[in-house]
Amino acid sequence: MLNQFALLGRSVLDRLAGIGRSGGVVWQSLVAKPAPFVMFPLLLKQIYFIGVLSLVIIIVSGLFIGMVLGLQGYTILVDYGSEQAVGQMVALSLVRELAPVVTALLFAGRAGSALTAEIGLMKATEQLSSLEMIGVDPLRRIVAPRLWAGFISMPILAIIFAMVGIWGGALVSVEWLGIFEGSFWSNMQNSVSFTGDVLNGVIKAVVFGIVVTWIAVFQGYDCVPTSEGISQATTRTVVYSSLAVLALDFILTALMFGDL
Amino acid sequence: MRTRWIEIMVGFFMVLGILALLGLALNVSGLKLSDRHGDYTVHARFENIGGLTSRAKVTLSGVQIGQVKSIKIDTQRLVALVSLDIYSEIDYLSIDSSAKILTAGLLGEQYIGISVGFEDDNLKDGDYIDDTQSALVLEDLIGKFLFNKVSN
Repeated sequence: MLNQFALLGRSVLDRLAGIGRSGGVVWQSLVAKPAPFVMFPLLLKQIYFIGVLSLVIIIVSGLFIGMVLGLQGYTILVDYGSEQAVGQMVALSLVRELAPVVTALLFAGRAGSALTAEIGLMKATEQLSSLEMIGVDPLRRIVAPRLWAGFISMPILAIIFAMVGIWGGALVSVEWLGIFEGSFWSNMQNSVSFTGDVLNGVIKAVVFGIVVTWIAVFQGYDCVPTSEGISQATTRTVVYSSLAVLALDFILTALMFGDL
Repeated sequence: MRTRWIEIMVGFFMVLGILALLGLALNVSGLKLSDRHGDYTVHARFENIGGLTSRAKVTLSGVQIGQVKSIKIDTQRLVALVSLDIYSEIDYLSIDSSAKILTAGLLGEQYIGISVGFEDDNLKDGDYIDDTQSALVLEDLIGKFLFNKVSN
């Protein structure tokens, strides 16, 4: 009986310690003494791997999600004779919800898992310890550029996703289904507000970027340095960041649009 | 060469992000870059504003000439006091103009329609529009209709 309690207590303590360690890792890599000339090329390289190489998947999925929204919205709204509102529907659902959330999920799968595996393998092959041996702080050299690159790339990817999606929705509803182009765009412009919808969507994307990158980098840095440990850490990255994104999305939506 | 390629692609990525944000701002949310200056404000009292909200359109013959700035209660007369921001180039509204609360379509948003009168003097900043017509409230309308039915 007591053993059960001890087991429960130990797992809770382990989790709390993990959160504390992850906070420590992020804090130490972000507040590290800035060395712009060393840091900047590393940052560029990471933005290339995390952001630029994710562009293709973001653009393709954004296009298809926008096209599906346009098609579904049209088939529902045409029953009420208000198919002009499809622009408003596509734009609002993309800018407020789908762009930040779907981008964050894709980002976790495409970039987050790669980050975890890379850092985990560096740890398993003792590259991190070697860096420490020659007097280079791995948090500054390895972790910090990746964190910053994730923070910077994710909002940009979400903005591109939203724009491509709206363009895809316009393609389907204006070009194929024959909604009048002027009413499509003017309905959209009347209902989407820049500060209320677009900026709140960008804030969501920033928060998701921070959370996903943080989880990915920490899981890699803290993994058990074996091949099995790396595979578990990669899985955990995707699962934890997806759950965190979806739960945070509800909280952020309630705060931003729920009039609480 | 490899580094140069990475730099070019990251620059391209940033530009693409900024372009997409501009597209969202200008094309999707209809944000105007030129902030209008020198608008003037006129006030109008309404018995009932229905579902009118601030930032609703103010139109003349259907053309937008301004927007609703604020909606308050006039504490002396206990009616709604609506302040309208009119674009400064619209300086030909006569002082006996009338304001109506209209509805766009059957279920659309409510806006204010201005009809110009015959006087030679024009509305200036801070003036009041005296001739106003309240919003059409569906319940009142049904009530009147039923009342007429019964009295007939």
